Amino acid sequence: MQFGIFTVGDVTTDPTNGTTPTEAERIKAMVTIALKAEEVGLDVFAMGEHHNPPFVPSSPTTMLGYVAAKTDRLILSTSTTLITTNDPVKIAEDYAMLQHLADGRVDLMMGRGNTGPVYPWFGQDIRNGIALAIENYALVHRLWREDVVDWEGNFRTPLQGFTSTPRPLDGVPPFVWHGSIRSPEIAEQAAYYGDGFFANNIFWPKEHFARLIELYRTRFAYYGHGTPDQAIVGLGGQVFMRKNSQDAVREFRPYFDKAPVYGNGPSLEDFTEQTPLTVGSPQQVIDRTLTFRESFGDYQRQLFLMDHAGLPLKTVLEQLDILGEEVVPVLRKEFAARRKPGVAEAPTHAARVAARDAALVAG
Amino acid sequence: MTVIAVVSAGLSQPSSTRLLADRLAEAAGRHLAGPAENTEIRVVELRGLAVDIANNLVTGFPSPALKEALETVERADGLIAVTPIFTASYSGLFKSFFDVLDNTALQGTPVLIAATGGTARHSLALEHALRPMFTYLRAVVVPTAVYAASEDWGATSGDGLASRVDRAAGELAALLSRTPPKRPAEEPLIPFEQQLAALRPFTTG
Repeated sequence: MQFGIFTVGDVTTDPTNGTTPTEAERIKAMVTIALKAEEVGLDVFAMGEHHNPPFVPSSPTTMLGYVAAKTDRLILSTSTTLITTNDPVKIAEDYAMLQHLADGRVDLMMGRGNTGPVYPWFGQDIRNGIALAIENYALVHRLWREDVVDWEGNFRTPLQGFTSTPRPLDGVPPFVWHGSIRSPEIAEQAAYYGDGFFANNIFWPKEHFARLIELYRTRFAYYGHGTPDQAIVGLGGQVFMRKNSQDAVREFRPYFDKAPVYGNGPSLEDFTEQTPLTVGSPQQVIDRTLTFRESFGDYQRQLFLMDHAGLPLKTVLEQLDILGEEVVPVLRKEFAARRKPGVAEAPTHAARVAARDAALVAG
Repeated sequence: MTVIAVVSAGLSQPSSTRLLADRLAEAAGRHLAGPAENTEIRVVELRGLAVDIANNLVTGFPSPALKEALETVERADGLIAVTPIFTASYSGLFKSFFDVLDNTALQGTPVLIAATGGTARHSLALEHALRPMFTYLRAVVVPTAVYAASEDWGATSGDGLASRVDRAAGELAALLSRTPPKRPAEEPLIPFEQQLAALRPFTTG
């Protein structure tokens, strides 16, 4: 099982002292956070893609390429890559390039994005969101698997005799997760391809995601990729920890109360009860995270949101220390002890190359 | 079993909006054919959900109590929706509840609309505000909308409030008797091949 963090890349004023990082400070902070993730023994760093303030990460492969050069083990991923408004050809090229530079430590999560104007800014119509996700990914999938592609669709100019370069490393494309918070069509898409399904459950009650994940698992089996238990599931999480839970609540509350997404809404207490947000001791985070398995089955990747709502870099780095030293080692052990036999391993490039080679030998 | 959800956006206790809602529900039950136990009335009072509705607007998901209320409305065979008229329209709380309701939840559902106000001068708010809102939601709104001004509560019978309540409830009951009972909503699964194929026809070549 893989553990990691995902960042939205928001530039938010620290509500406790009114300071706002510059874009330069935020971008460098994201890199520092990524390097820290590797240092404390996490497996994955994933970053969002946005094309509007107050978010800085419009260009994920640039940042991930830089992080790749400074790390050795960390898997670099996205949360999410906008499959709707990016040119699928450019996605295929950019992430294949990154895959080479990072020696295979790359996967990505496709998402539709939720900012209305981004669609027209990139020449698309939000009402085609699902259709764009389906058609564009179908093209990315082919570009990574077929050397020469002839293609015609509804949303971009046709291709005749096109070869996407560089070809995927070792002939094995980056693993793809499909992220969704509400669309069964996307769970169905992930199942069809045998790709991963990432349920970013951090803002919604679990019953909603239990249904989506169940659908994905059932359809994964239907399409012949394995048993429902072997489907590849990722989940979000959101935590803030201190040794004493009262200290965690006291320190996090002003950030929670003003957080861009849910601030000025429900109380911290209601929100922690209704969503996976956990504010408390490392042990509370361990206990809560282990319950995800009970709701959603054995899963392969757990990403935590740690750096948002104006939390200072110093605090985020402290949080990563606690996560890496006190939480994740216990979670690795406990999840492994509970895992049902036959459950899929988390996807890595090496394992995917080995599986491809084994399939070739088997004929 | 016919289930009628009653949404009341009244704020005071006791509330004339709720009073009107109850009279409409009682009259609808009376008009529905068959024994009284074949009709179930489920009342949703929005006042107690005001904070939850505001939170849903902020976070995008309902609290457990609000979820139950939304599901009551979604699963009902018919709806009686009653709001006080504030500032020439439905109350903000009333509108916000229908804003967080899934926009397909009332598709094809018979709806009786009603409102209360201090004077009869605002009665057309039912026609200018409530009716188009439910039409947007693709509900089937009965022809008679019932408005109760303060003075109506003291009027003699005849062509007063009581007869309008009776006429509107009769229209709702007639519609309900022709509408098949709602099945529990299931998310339709569109197989992926079909999703891909659906993209092909509008290829312009």
